[in-house]
Amino acid sequence: MDVFLQQLVNGLSLGGIYALIALGYTMVYGIIELINFAHGDVYTLGSFFALAVLTGLGVSGEVHGPALIGVVLVTVLAAMLCCGLTGVLIERLAYRRLRNAPRLAPLITAIGMSFILENVMQLWRGPSPVSFPSVIPNPIVHLGPIDIGAKQILVIVTAVVMMFALQLFIYRTRLGKAMRATAQDRDAAQLMGIDINTTIALTFLIGSALAGAAGFISGVYYGTTWFFNGFEAGLKAFTAAVLGGIGNIAGAMLGGFLIGLIEAMATQYIPQGAQWTNVVVFSVLVLVLIFRPSGLLGESLPEKV
Amino acid sequence: MKFGRERPFAVLPFLVLPLVPLLDRNNSHIDFLTNAGAFILLALGLNIVVGFAGLLDLGYAAFFAIGSYSYAMLASQQFGIHIPFWVMLFVASVIAAIFGILLGAPTLRLRGDYLAIVTLGFGEIVPQTFLNLTQYTNGPNGISPLDSPSLFGHSFGFSATPYYEVMLALIALAVLLATNLQSSRLGRAWMAIREDELAARHMGINTTTAKLAAFALGASFSGLAGVAYAAKLSLVSPDQFQFNVSVLVLSMLVLGGMGNIWGVIVGSFTLSFINGFLLPQSTNLAHSMHLNLDFTNYRFMLYGVILVAMMLFRPEGLIPSKQRRAEFREAKLDPALAAEEQGEYTLGPGPGAGTGG
Repeated sequence: MDVFLQQLVNGLSLGGIYALIALGYTMVYGIIELINFAHGDVYTLGSFFALAVLTGLGVSGEVHGPALIGVVLVTVLAAMLCCGLTGVLIERLAYRRLRNAPRLAPLITAIGMSFILENVMQLWRGPSPVSFPSVIPNPIVHLGPIDIGAKQILVIVTAVVMMFALQLFIYRTRLGKAMRATAQDRDAAQLMGIDINTTIALTFLIGSALAGAAGFISGVYYGTTWFFNGFEAGLKAFTAAVLGGIGNIAGAMLGGFLIGLIEAMATQYIPQGAQWTNVVVFSVLVLVLIFRPSGLLGESLPEKV
Repeated sequence: MKFGRERPFAVLPFLVLPLVPLLDRNNSHIDFLTNAGAFILLALGLNIVVGFAGLLDLGYAAFFAIGSYSYAMLASQQFGIHIPFWVMLFVASVIAAIFGILLGAPTLRLRGDYLAIVTLGFGEIVPQTFLNLTQYTNGPNGISPLDSPSLFGHSFGFSATPYYEVMLALIALAVLLATNLQSSRLGRAWMAIREDELAARHMGINTTTAKLAAFALGASFSGLAGVAYAAKLSLVSPDQFQFNVSVLVLSMLVLGGMGNIWGVIVGSFTLSFINGFLLPQSTNLAHSMHLNLDFTNYRFMLYGVILVAMMLFRPEGLIPSKQRRAEFREAKLDPALAAEEQGEYTLGPGPGAGTGG
């Protein structure tokens, strides 16, 4: 039971990172029905941007006191901004022209963008994993039999806060309303005076910025980053988005935590589980798509004809 | 069967190319051509799924893996089973086709982009499974050596030439099959599904059977490629079948022209040539000029740029199939029509007017 609870905590913190990435997938899919394959790589790019900022600030280990807040804020905001702009740039260069093309065309360019980003990061920081300074001190909280690291709490809290902020933005602001309208019917939204290009760019900006935040957090959490991380993390986050119901913000969050839990439990309870986690997660993806393609919280929509 | 009746020059390459080893005695060149041939075979197989039927398969390397591992397990010391190479060509393509159906059957209801992701997941699961089942596959070390094929009692040995000839024969077979399939009833059904699945179904096409046939036939080609490639290398290991192999084959299709058999062959060979020859050679050249440049590091960038640039500027490929060009252009010319997803394709030529038909 203790082991189970411990894995529960580990799974939730792992899931927090997936959830943050999944938010970006689900937003972009919700608005232009594109699986933004490059999104996982934007997340990795976020960790590299954060690393560059930290190196620039001269941070190479734990930071204490008020300086910690400053360092974290500067790094996160810089990573979010850079990733957000990268996302907007990708949309402008690779997806916008193909908005009316057959559906598979933008998906293929998205795969292409993913390969380009991975190669750029490989050329930038080399083919091997790079160590990431553990900026945030990690006192362990002993809660009965289980140990919770401060970083784990940070991951979970950040993910939940970001989700609520996003929900508020989408349901309480004018721009959010414009996003919902564009997602519902692009042509009608345009006729109502919504600038759909800006709205879609904004969606990419926010989704990619969240991935940037996730990149920083995962760097601190794992203490390492690698140019190819985004491929697997991206696929798992996409699985999370689909599991929760793609296009649904709360669903992405739920899916992210569930995938984290599934991964943690598979590692613990399947013999040689660590080797099989990917197989388990992708099997979940396949099964969800086959049996409940609308996901847990999504409403099932008939295919537009 | 009609092969070369409409296009007699199509037979010409298969008369001339077998003579290449007589003219070029450099084994490394023949070796390169043989590897390129394996990828042409893969591209022809993926073309059936993506080009003809319009189903985006992002895990195609999985079938390549299944073909290769079938040979490795049934024709080596691994289990002491030694089925002859020629029999294995048949067996492995059947095994790959069965897996094609196993993957296809539950996923047929899925929309295009979801199908792509499921196949991607499958493409990740298969090599990972081969990696993890260490007791059967030796895990990361792979299986080696494999039986060398023999013909009339002569073993193939270490020269690339016999493999080259086999590869050519397999490609000829694949081209023959693909050409005939394209203009067959099934080929026209694929085309109809690709353009508008709903309409195809209402016209009485059994879309389930047609899509399963595409998966099975496409997979069987890569089963063939897998056996020939594994036998030539005398080795299989799980890292030969990563996602980038699936994307490489897809880039070949996108570059050459999805749906056009000759376009796909040209695209495939071009990319193999760049990968296996141009990049290493220019790296050597740079090194000889004391430049510390390794162009082979830009390989993935190249696939990415090809996918993005082609989709943006010439989605029908360098040597397009007439229909695919019409489909891509139609969507661009008439966004209103495309907005209703896939409408009628009045610009497209009539059925059966494909490049092979």
